[in-house]
Amino acid sequence: MPAAPAGTLYRGREGMWSWVAHRVTGVLIFFFLFAHVLDTALVRVSPDYYNRIMDTYKTPVVNLMEVGLVGAVLYHSLNGLRVMAIDFWEKGPRYQKQMTYAVIAVVLLVMIPGTYFMMQHTVEEMFGSTT
Amino acid sequence: MTIAPAGTSGSLEQDDSRSDRLVLEKPRTRRQRPSSQRSGTNFEMYSWIFMRMSGLLLVVLVLGHLLIMNILDGGVNRINFSFVAGRWASPFWRTWDLAQLWLAMLHGTNGMRVIINDYAERDGTRFWLKMLLYTSSFLVLLLGTLVIFTFDPNI
Ligand code: HEM
Repeated sequence: MPAAPAGTLYRGREGMWSWVAHRVTGVLIFFFLFAHVLDTALVRVSPDYYNRIMDTYKTPVVNLMEVGLVGAVLYHSLNGLRVMAIDFWEKGPRYQKQMTYAVIAVVLLVMIPGTYFMMQHTVEEMFGSTT
Repeated sequence: MTIAPAGTSGSLEQDDSRSDRLVLEKPRTRRQRPSSQRSGTNFEMYSWIFMRMSGLLLVVLVLGHLLIMNILDGGVNRINFSFVAGRWASPFWRTWDLAQLWLAMLHGTNGMRVIINDYAERDGTRFWLKMLLYTSSFLVLLLGTLVIFTFDPNI
């Protein structure tokens, strides 16, 4: 490890944590993209191999991870728009905190019905269909 | 973290190679960009712009992709080989996926490059991590591109 830094630019609060979350989600999406290109490449090998890998996506645990991934992408994309607003909109820096909360609000608003639709099939399989 | 990059013209300690020391500039020295010391190009500025331009396009491409593939009409449960074959019969979706693949790979790889530069402090570590990043990204991008171009529904 390097010696302790002489000073720090980390300021805490909304501004720093939204950046931390942007970085963490960016790395997460990047690694998933690698896996996703590889699993999709199986369409070039055989329909059976591809269908088998897709079946693992439909299992409950991976289904839950899918919800997390979609939430991470949604956050990263909306916060990316917030970063651009701070960079290019004259009032952006002044409203950065409000925009952080707006991003969180939209993520939650979309993810509630989103989770419902993504999990619907799994829940019906596990506890029986209601229809 | 260095507040002013060591070696910047006008710094009090010109040859301070220790990155943990706070280097104070003389008043009114013009700020010299760290990257301009090594090369004459504005690579970091173009990279900064690229992150924003690609991000803007990816909002439509990626969020559209997730909405169609994961949320609407049964989501991931309806995806199998014939679903892919149906989609990729259309040049529109092949173009969409190709643009998405290239932009996301370049955007993500460049983002990872920035992160490696931030945290890997030793020159050797930084170099090898970036070589690993660039080779693996190149191979994945090549594979993905070949799959989109050579897809055969009757395999
Ligand atoms: C969906 C739309 C997306 C938008 C609007 C977006 C926006 C951005 C922006 C503006 C930055 C630069 C942040 C800065 O300079 O401080 C960034 C960084 C980054 N993005 Fe994205 N991005 C998107 C999708 C993606 C995808 C698909 C990936 C992964 C393949 C990704 C991975 C990264 C990484 C690793 C960074 C570096 C993070 C950092 O330096 O802290 N992004 N993104």
